[in-house]
Parts: sequence; C-alpha cells; structure tokens
Amino acid sequence: MSILISSIATLGILGLIYGLGLAFASKKFHVEIDPKIEKINEILPNANCGACGFPGCAAYAEAVVEKGVEINLCAPGGTEVTKHIAEIMGMEATTTDRKVAIIHCQSGGKNNTNFKYDYQGIETCKAAILISDGPNACNYGCVYQYDCVRACNFDAMHIDDNGMIIVDKEKCTGCGACAIACPRNIIEMVSIKKRVHVLCVSEDKGAISRKACGNNTACIACSLCVKACKFDAIHVIDNLARIDYEKCVNCGMCADVCPTSAIFDPLKEVRAQKKAAAKAKAEAMKKKIAEQKADENKEEK
Amino acid sequence: MGFKTFPGGIHPRDYKAFSKDKNIEKMPVPKKIVISLSQHIGAPAKPVVKVGDEVLAGQKIAEAGGFVSIPMHSSISGKVTKLDKFRHPTGTLVQGIEITSDGEDKWIELIDDSNYMELTAKDMKDRIAAAGVCGMGGAGFPTHVKLSPPEGKTIDTIILNGVECEPYLTADYRIMLEQANDILAGLKILMKIVDAKNGVIGIEANKPDAIKFFKNLLKNEKNIKVVSLHLKYPQGAEKQLIYATTKRKVPNKGGLPMDVNVVVQNVGTAIAVYEAVRYKKPLVDRVITVSGRIVKNPKNIKARIGTFYSDLLEYCNGTTEEIGKIISGGPMMGFAIPSLETPMTKGSSGLLLFDKKEAYKEKEDVCLRCGHCVDICPMNLVPSLIAHHVRNDDWDSAEKFGVMDCIKCGSCAYVCPSNIKLIQWIDIGKIKVSENRTK
Repeated sequence: MSILISSIATLGILGLIYGLGLAFASKKFHVEIDPKIEKINEILPNANCGACGFPGCAAYAEAVVEKGVEINLCAPGGTEVTKHIAEIMGMEATTTDRKVAIIHCQSGGKNNTNFKYDYQGIETCKAAILISDGPNACNYGCVYQYDCVRACNFDAMHIDDNGMIIVDKEKCTGCGACAIACPRNIIEMVSIKKRVHVLCVSEDKGAISRKACGNNTACIACSLCVKACKFDAIHVIDNLARIDYEKCVNCGMCADVCPTSAIFDPLKEVRAQKKAAAKAKAEAMKKKIAEQKADENKEEK
Repeated sequence: MGFKTFPGGIHPRDYKAFSKDKNIEKMPVPKKIVISLSQHIGAPAKPVVKVGDEVLAGQKIAEAGGFVSIPMHSSISGKVTKLDKFRHPTGTLVQGIEITSDGEDKWIELIDDSNYMELTAKDMKDRIAAAGVCGMGGAGFPTHVKLSPPEGKTIDTIILNGVECEPYLTADYRIMLEQANDILAGLKILMKIVDAKNGVIGIEANKPDAIKFFKNLLKNEKNIKVVSLHLKYPQGAEKQLIYATTKRKVPNKGGLPMDVNVVVQNVGTAIAVYEAVRYKKPLVDRVITVSGRIVKNPKNIKARIGTFYSDLLEYCNGTTEEIGKIISGGPMMGFAIPSLETPMTKGSSGLLLFDKKEAYKEKEDVCLRCGHCVDICPMNLVPSLIAHHVRNDDWDSAEKFGVMDCIKCGSCAYVCPSNIKLIQWIDIGKIKVSENRTK
C-alpha cells in the first residue's frame, strides 16, 4: 500500500513542478503575435502558389502586417480576399483586374502540329526544346510536353482530344505558375477583360512560319492589323504582331483584317455575321429601290 | 599484360565488328559543303569571305573570334554560295558558310618542312593555331589553348587518347593501325611544345593488334609508353583516362587536367598537329565511322569537314531498312539529329543509323533504390538523387549533390533497371544550374 502512495505522490509532485515550470516559461518568454496575421492567414486561399512573390500564404500575411506590403498581391484570392484584408488592416481596397493565362500558340494541338521528328525523351518541355529547337516544325511554338499543365495548382489547364491545352478561365487565378514553367515563354498573364489576342509567337518570316504551323494560325507579319488599328495598339516587331494591352480597346478591327487566324477575337464571327446580314439587307433595299424606280419609269412611259 | 582502369564504369556491347576491319577510304569531293563557324568550344569564327568568292581547298575562310577560338578553312575548292544559319550536329542553328565545289579540288600550296622538330615551341603552336586544330574526340576544345598552360603550371605528361570506348566507333582504331607513325610524330611535337618528359598512349584491351603494333614501334623509345586498359566505358573520358594511366586524380568541382600536370589529346588530334606543323596543312578532313546494323556498307571514311551526312550515307550505299534514329557521334554521348541534311564538323567521330526497333525506348518506371547508378558512376556521384532534385526544380540541392561534376557519360541511364532517363534529367540540371550561375 505504501508503495502505491509513495509512487503516486512522487509522480504528482514531479508533475506539479514541471507544470509550474512550463507555466512560468510561457509567461516569461511570451512572444507577441499580431492577431491580424492570423486573421489574414485564415482568409488567404492557402494554396501556397507563390504568385504574391512570398514563400507561401503565411509569409505573405506576415509581410502585409509587418512590412506594409501591398494587399492586392494575392492572385488566386482576387478582389474578395483583397477586400477582406483591407477590412482587417483598416485600409481601402484598390481593386485590380483579374488576370488569366493566355497561351500565345494555337498550332492545333499535338495531333495537328507539324513535327520535325518524333520526340522520345523525358516528358518535359525543358528537355524537348534542347534537340534542334524542339520537335515541332515551328521553332517558337508549343512543344506539347505539358509542363504548364503539371505546374497548375488550380486544375485550370486541361488537354483536349487534339492534345491542345485549354485554359479554364473560371478556375484560372492568374498566379503565373504556368508562365514560369514554360521554357518557350509563350504564356502570358493578361487581364480577363482583354478579348483580342495574337495566338502566334513565331519570329520567322511569313512563308516559313506559315509552312511550319499546322493550323493556319501563324502570323505572317503582313502588317494589315497595324494599319487597321486606330489606337496604335498593335505593332509588328521581329516578324510578329504584338498587342499593347495598355492601349487595346477590344474593338477587334485587327482580327477582322487578319488573313490567317493569328489574331483571335471570339466575337469576330458574330461581327462577320452581322456585317453580312447588314450587307444583305442593304443589297435587298437597293434592289427594291431599283425595282420601284423601274416601275415608276414604266408608268411614266 | 596487366590492364589498368578507373573505379566505376560499365561494359556495353561494343558492336565494333561492323566496321573494325574496313580500311580507311578516301571519299570523293562532295558537290556541296557547309563549314559551320562553331565547330569548337569558344567564340565562333568570323567569316572573311563574301558570297561569290572563289576559294581553294585549305584557304582560310573565317578567322578566330578570340583566343579560345579557331580559324576555319575551306575543305574543297569552289565558290562561296551562301552565308546563312545551318543545323549543327548538336541540334542548334549556327552560322555557316556554304561552298559549292568546282569539281577540281585545287589546293593551296603546302610546304614540306622536314626539319620541323627544330622549330621553337612558339612557332609550332602558331602553326597549330593557324591550322584551326581542335580536339577531335567530340568536345572540340582548341588545341593551342590546351597547350598554353597558365604560368606556374607545368606539364610533365602528354596522354594520347586511343581508347575509343564508345560502341560502334572505329575511326580512331583504324588511324592507329594505318597512321601510327604520324601519331607518334604528333605526340613528339606535343611533348616538345609543353616540355613534357613523358608520353603515354592509352589503348583499350579490345584492340590487341593496335597495342602490339605500338609496343613494337616504341621498342627504342624510352619516354613514350603504351598503357593497355581494361575494356570499360567511359575509359576515354579525360579524367578517367588520366586516373587509369597515371593514377592521378583531377580534383572535382572544376579541376582541370593541368592541375595534375597532364594534357590529354585524341590520337586524331595528334595527326592533325603533325600535319599542321610539318606541312602547314589546315584541318580540313577527318576520319569518321558510318555504322549501324541497317547500313548496307559500314565504313571508315576520310571525309572533308562540312560534308553532309546524307552524302556520307550515300557513299555507304544507304540503308537496308527505314531509318528510325540518326546519331551524330557515339551511341552513348552522341546527339540524336532530326535530319541527314547536317554537315559534319571537326568533332564528328561517327554517324550511326538505327531502325525503329533499335531506337525504341522503354517506359520509365519508379526508382527501386537498387543503387546500380551509384555503383557505376565514374565521377562518384549519386545520379538518382540528382535526377530527383532536378525533377522537382530544386537547383540548389542538385548543385550540392555535384550536378556540375557530371561528365554526361550516360552510364547511369544505361544500367537503370527501371529505365529512368537519369542522364537526360541531369543534363537539364547542368544547363539550368549554369544558367543560374551566369545570371
């Protein structure tokens, strides 16, 4: 019996001593953490994508509170998160446009592109471009080893039946991980409001790039778009038309005149249809007027 | 006959029987050639001719673009027809000079300086530099630069590399049998230039006749000896050859052979050196092996630099089956090229053709942690870990594990039971790490 009591007492006293020690230490060495940091950390998406330029969401939260870093850097969170952070920090939210990834090459996917040779190396674009500037006939375009798809943390990039990469604009957060992964530098983060894009990156001369491209989307540097643009927003530099997104107003005039389909505007066909309809209408009117005039002439006679 | 070697390495089947017993054949002058301006390591050469100029064989058409660079010479007589970018055997587009032959093969005047051994070291080196000689084993380092050690470093041994450890290739073997005297003369010139006391010729055990032949030739030479080496890949790599022949270890992390008082040259380079010093003949031709199971007539061809691979293959009567893969160089370290319309360079030692079945690659599997790659790595690295770090874009760790010391011999990928393309991953790591360093 005495053994039982003594052992319980020993353990009890030891526990008490250590407990007191810990309680003392936690008071003595207490570190003040700004409650804001924890709050912001909870709001952030916790994808740790690195789009803000900090190693993970916690680091960004700390930087916002302690170093006064800008609060609108979280691309996946978007305006929602920015607003919440602004509330916590007692600041006013400055909204930025949501950006999405645009792949500036639409040579028709793995199944439609012209290839120089059959690439059998490791499955990464970094390696594919080392052999004779990549397996595809075009020395600038997508090599279809899908580094960008693997880099996407948000399931926003998919490969379609033709082997082409499709960006899901709803899911894309504009973090830019795909653009960093792409060794050809053909992915750009563009504001979601911009609708007109040049879908070619070939700096070869027109004839060469047209021949190499499998999908008739090669820019042949004809400069028709430059003449058509009334806002000085498109220029041909190094045999390639480039849109200045600061100046572009989405009018789509360049896409209308483009002889290949290098300049992409989803409304191009709608406009073309409208235009055709208007033309038909005008012609019908002309006919009608002519007929009327003819009738009048007859009556006069 | 005691064989020497280095730790690690592999034993691939050598496939040399295709072309081993074929004498070197001189190929007729091709109709058209392209002299690439970057056939070597260092600054590209600068062209000194214009389109339309008439040139003679051996005439200088581009001058060295710096100290670590070499001049280029026309290898045929004819007219310059184009200055443009052409595919290089390594796969990149580089500036080149296209020359169309006039069919006459007129040469510049060559001298025959029989007292060439009385020249000073500097004169010899100047002649080598003017002849545009670079390493003919593959990497193509300018020879005159290798022979100019910085002050304070002395060279006591010249090692001639007659190993030819790559499967299929037999060009060096043939020149060792057919031009042995030229090789020895070249070796003596090299020894005189850097004031080296000893000369060593390293030859692998699968060339017993070459070893015997040289041993007989060198009976009366005290300073030059033949070292017979175990049959193992990559014995012909510089650092491995130095260890195998002299037991000296070149330090890792950027060490050079001259740190252990050695210069290594290929046997082909020795002949080029001899011809440059004695005849002032520029380097305009070399021996290249055209081989492979599907080649109708595998041959060792003495061809002009700039000859298109398609012409070489035509000279070997083409192939029996459809080509699945073309490799410039040896199968282990050579480059796969997409088209035969590629001109050969001073470093082209072979043209290999495989059918689709031979070129087939197994699918990659997961790492079994068997450690084979670690056992055989001749540089004592851990290839599986380096590849793992490169896969995860962890360049710092890759560098810590010595990715830059890798000599890209490919032994790790050869032995991997899971068919992991280790060397390809490591190669990307090397490129990325060196890019990050220069940033």
